[in-house]
Amino acid sequence: MCLAIPGKIVEVDPQNALQAVVEVVGVRRKIDLGLLQDDPPVVGDWVLIHVGFAMSKISEADARDQMQTLTMLGETEAAAQEVRGYGLEEEESDSLRQRSKT
Amino acid sequence: MKYVDEFRAPELITKAGEEIRKLADPRRHYRIMEVCGGHSHAIYRFGLKDLLPANVELIHGPGCPVCVLPMGRIDDGLSLAAQPDFIFAAFGDMMRVPGTHGSPLEYKARGMDVRIVYSPADALKLARNNPEKHVMFFAIGFETTAPSTALTLLRAKTEGLRNFSVFCNHVTIIPAIRAILDSPDMRLDGFVGPGHVSTVIGCRPYEWIAKDAGKPVVVAGFEPLDILQSIVMLLRQLRKGESKVENQYRRVVPWEGNRSALQAMAEAFELRPYFEWRGLGFISQSALKIRSSYAEWDAEQRFAVPGVRVTDPKAAQCGEVLKGVLKPAQCKLFGRECTPEQPVGALMVSSEGSCAAYFNYEHRKPVTIANAATN
Repeated sequence: MCLAIPGKIVEVDPQNALQAVVEVVGVRRKIDLGLLQDDPPVVGDWVLIHVGFAMSKISEADARDQMQTLTMLGETEAAAQEVRGYGLEEEESDSLRQRSKT
Repeated sequence: MKYVDEFRAPELITKAGEEIRKLADPRRHYRIMEVCGGHSHAIYRFGLKDLLPANVELIHGPGCPVCVLPMGRIDDGLSLAAQPDFIFAAFGDMMRVPGTHGSPLEYKARGMDVRIVYSPADALKLARNNPEKHVMFFAIGFETTAPSTALTLLRAKTEGLRNFSVFCNHVTIIPAIRAILDSPDMRLDGFVGPGHVSTVIGCRPYEWIAKDAGKPVVVAGFEPLDILQSIVMLLRQLRKGESKVENQYRRVVPWEGNRSALQAMAEAFELRPYFEWRGLGFISQSALKIRSSYAEWDAEQRFAVPGVRVTDPKAAQCGEVLKGVLKPAQCKLFGRECTPEQPVGALMVSSEGSCAAYFNYEHRKPVTIANAATN
């Protein structure tokens, strides 16, 4: 929960400027930009993400360092799991799996 | 297993270690508190203690949200989940935290609808997807996660989504530091300030610690070098007899914090007159409550909450460990009745809890950077 996950903005929703797609360790998910309204990030920017919300803009070098820190802390898998879970993706795929079983 | 070479700038790490040795007055014993649980985790994981001289002691602070939540709040939240057509949603960190009658995960095993979400926005999405049910988000965390809950409340109100509520357990870090400084059995020389909380609140809220309490504060990042550098900065201040707030983590933390995040919090939350913390007892104005303008989305205003108070298991000494009075291994249950696999106290559950960190990295005795470097 207190993990700060670095992600690169790859798309800002043209319909809703507060929604963006980020890429984190090869996983792409929607995150919320509502807490960076003062200085909204654009495509190509790097952000630190907490619980699905971009919380600060960082440089690419800092993003790399932060990823390295997560790796050293043994938290890369936890970070990937968190990002995969954004948007209820895991929950939805779980229930789909369950539905296909029954 | 960690070696100096694996870290960024190993030569700088060795240098920072030497600098700390040079700056620490051998006639003094320094007690420095790292407030944030993320720092505690990093310190254990990287074996940073081994790079410090014996008279520079790191004390683990209260900055682990799962750990400071009293069991009564978990019981209260879970008691609401027993209602029909009710979904209890919480972060994964909460799932194994024991309540009196079991953890959320155990409630799920008994048939209650308990879901893990990774974002409060997803709890809101659950409510949208399940209009026939009520979704309650069990919110925990310091100022790192509180703004996201706040924004989610704002969105729920804008959408008029009435089958959603928040059981708010958000706490604020400054009153906890004040309580620790007021505690008579605690003597501290300075603070390694929390990194990510400070991206939200900035550095200004720590100024009273430096000015009024006379203790230096250095807001720090989470890499080994960040933590060591912050200790160098603290020792430099102590050597000169100074106490000020410094920002070692400038690449991420703006001095003024994040204005949008603070605005969202101010819109949705107000301070509670008091709130109970595990280990620290009742602390005035230390937690956030949902404003009455959002009452419809506040589980505590909307439902009858029993208001349970539970004392911790007698033998567990979570409180003393949280206050930094005892080291994790000095607790009677540590490593025997209480392990990460079978936690009795919350400090053993979260990876940011000092007991879990101590158990995983210290108790199991990995090779640390310091002894690997000298080998």
